[in-house]
This record gives sequence, structure tokens and C-alpha cells, in this order.
Amino acid sequence: MDAITDNIPALLHGIGTTCLLTILGYAFSLVFGTLLAVCRVSPIPPLRWAATVYVEIFRNMPMLSLLVLLAFGMPDAGLLLPLFWTGVLALVLSGSAFVCETVRSGINTVPIGHAEAARSIGLGFFGVLRFVVLPQAFRTMVQPLVNIFIGTVIGSSLCAAVAVPELTYQTQAINNQYAQAVLMFLFVGAVYLCLAFAGGLVGWLLERRLSPTRLLNRHTTRIGAGA
Amino acid sequence: MTNDVSSSGEALISVRGVDKYFGDFQALKDIDLDIHRGEVVALIGASGSGKSTLCRCINRLETITSGTITIDGKPLPEEGKDLAKLRSEVGMVFQSFNLFPHMRVVDNVTLGPIKVKGVAKAEAQKQAMELLARVGLQGKEHNLPAALSGGQQQRVAIARALAMQPKALLFDEPTSALDPEVIKEVLDVMQELAEAGMTMLVVTHEMGFARHVCDRVVFMDSGEIVEEAEPEQFFTAPSSERAQAFLSKILAH
Repeated sequence: MDAITDNIPALLHGIGTTCLLTILGYAFSLVFGTLLAVCRVSPIPPLRWAATVYVEIFRNMPMLSLLVLLAFGMPDAGLLLPLFWTGVLALVLSGSAFVCETVRSGINTVPIGHAEAARSIGLGFFGVLRFVVLPQAFRTMVQPLVNIFIGTVIGSSLCAAVAVPELTYQTQAINNQYAQAVLMFLFVGAVYLCLAFAGGLVGWLLERRLSPTRLLNRHTTRIGAGA
Repeated sequence: MTNDVSSSGEALISVRGVDKYFGDFQALKDIDLDIHRGEVVALIGASGSGKSTLCRCINRLETITSGTITIDGKPLPEEGKDLAKLRSEVGMVFQSFNLFPHMRVVDNVTLGPIKVKGVAKAEAQKQAMELLARVGLQGKEHNLPAALSGGQQQRVAIARALAMQPKALLFDEPTSALDPEVIKEVLDVMQELAEAGMTMLVVTHEMGFARHVCDRVVFMDSGEIVEEAEPEQFFTAPSSERAQAFLSKILAH
């Protein structure tokens, strides 16, 4: 137990860095991935092609290869990014490819008639997406997006390979000193489980909130209360 | 077939020489059609005759292969802002209603005015309430579409189209997805619109509506306009064999 109790500040720092990597990586993945998905359904062919090529490259490349490539490749190309941000960049490059496909498949679940009705009242491409298609698509995307969140939590541990001082990196360092691999990695496993589980919980609450029957009840109750 | 050249200049919707292909299949063959201000035209024919396709082409939900379609003298532009604007001048009511299920009824109606026309929210809501009352849906404003019957949903869809103050309304089989007992409530609303002077093109299988409410019947078969006539004349003495065959099938029972 000394291995843990002696190193609480380092471990807390590691957990903080892991959370920061995850939150930044996931948030940028959501934004960038959604933009990519918009490109993939846009009426402009070059945008569609570019987004498709992007997705196929970064979805199919192992995170670890990508990380090492960025950590060593970017300085060679004259781009000096702090290692922490190199880690975020790798998480975003990979995560956004998955977000893109999730958003795109969510868009495809919305009946084409809804988009046509939106076009017929004069909305353009972005208006149709923003007001009619994406809000409906979001409900079906919640669980796959939770999967991507968990993937980001777990993927952030690979940043240890390029010396980002996140949880796995700190744990390895402590283990090198105390040689208590089982204890240390049970502990760190439990921490990752908690982080991923918290993400799952948020997703579950969101999905419940957005379920159609619940929406229906909420609206009718409000009207009932008003009448 | 009437080809009244003198009146074609003032037609609100003018379709000229329109062809439409889906791959090798020709859905529309050299269509000419004028719809004048205040006119109510029924577009009838068997399934697959091209009537829905023509309706959708007029609103540019389908692109035409050749020919021209002009709305109020302006040709339909290619994709882009101009098209979106012009499209909103011609309202469309769909067979499957296509209400936005995540929005309350009133928000379905105000979305276009607020986001496309830039009407202030309070003003748009006031108009929406009036329109919903006009189609007999006062008290349903704050429901979600799923809480309404099919007939009610279709009337919301009509109110949504009217909210854009369109110059004309296209109805693409508006009652085909409805239970028989609620068809009348939708047709009644459409009849009131017709009597109020709205220009309408109605793709329909409701022969009673075509006969008693519409000013003109256009009969299509295999992608062509086969016959255009006054309703009484069309239903009592159709001049083409194909129209006779069609009517004998649907009026047999």
C-alpha cells in the first residue's frame, strides 16, 4: 500500500492530466467530428471526398502509432508542440474520425421526408441540419458517443508512451520504483473504470432525458398543469 | 388539351417541356402545365404515372432533366440561397405529414417564419396561433406531433406551409396516409383554402374533391399529361381512352 500512499500527489496529478487529456480530446473530437460529418453529407463532392479520406486514414491507424508518429514527426517538420498537446492532437485526430461516422449514421436515421419538409419551408442546407436533422439524430447518437468517450479515456493512457505525465505514466514510474505491478495496475484500472463509468452514466441520463415517450409526457404534463 | 397561349404569360406556375429521368426510366415526358392565380388543379392518375414527381419537381425537391419551370415569372434557380427563397414561396404538404417530431406543434409552424423570414418570435407565434385556429387545432399548440391523430398532424402541416405565406400550395396525396374517418377534416380545410383563393395543385385519389372543389382536372398516365378538362366534363365524358379506362377502374365500386 505504501506505493500508493507515498505517491498520492503524483497519482492525483496523473488523474488530473488524464481527465484533462480526455476532456479536451473528446470536446475537440465532437466539434471537429461533427464538422467532418457535415462535409460528408454536403452537396459539394470535394468536401465529401476529403472527409471520407480523412476518416479512412485516422479511423484505421492505431492510436499508438499515431502518437509516436506525431511526437517524433512534428519536431522533424519544425512543429514544436508540448507533449501534452501532442497527446490531445492524437486523441482528436483519431476520435473525430469516429465521431464523424457516428454523426453521419445518426443523420441517416432521420427520415428524408423531414429534411424535404424543412427544405420546402425555405431552409437551406445548414438550417435543415441544425434545426431539423441533427436534433433528432442526436438521440440515436448518445450511446455510440459514449463509446467514443470511453475510447478516449482508455486511449489517453497511450500518451504514457510519449511521456505525457498522465495516470498510466505516473503509475509506471512508481512501479519502476516499488515493483508492485499488480497493486498499482489494479488501482489504476479502478480509476479508469470510474472515469469511463461516469461517462456512461452521463450518457444514460441524457438518453433517458431525450427519449420520445418522456418528452411526450413532459409536454402533456405541462399543458395539464397549465389548464 | 388546352394550350391557351394568351394566358400563359400570367400563369403563377408555368411548366414547359419538362422531362425527368430516374436513370433510364423517364418519369416525366414533355410536360406542359400552367396554373393561374387562384386556380385549384387536381392532378390525378394511377400510381407511378408521374404525378407526385411533377409535384416534387415544381418545388425542386427533384431536379428536372430538361425544360423549364417558372414561378411567378421567375425560373427555378439551381441549388443555393435563391432556390431556398423561391421554394418557400410554394408550400408543400406531404403524404406522410413530415412534421418535425422533436418540436411542439407551434414550433413546427413558426420555424420557417423565424429562421427563414426573420419574423420576430412573438409575432410568429401569434400568426401560428391564428393559423392553427384556422385549421381547427386551437388547444393543441403545445403538444408534440406524436400526440396528435393523423388528420390533426396533416392540418398542422398545412398550417406550417401557410405560415410562409406562399403564393401557391402543392399537395402530394395529402389524405392517402389517413384513416377514412379523418380524411374529411383535411379535405374541409383544403376546401376552405380553395374558397379563400389559394392557388393549389393537388395530387389526389379523392375523386369527390377533384370533382367538386377543383377548377380543373389534369390526368396523367405513364409520365405524360393525357387530358386536361373541367371536372364535370372529365368525370362525365372523358375524351381520352386512357382516362376512360382509369375512371372505369376507380369508379367501378
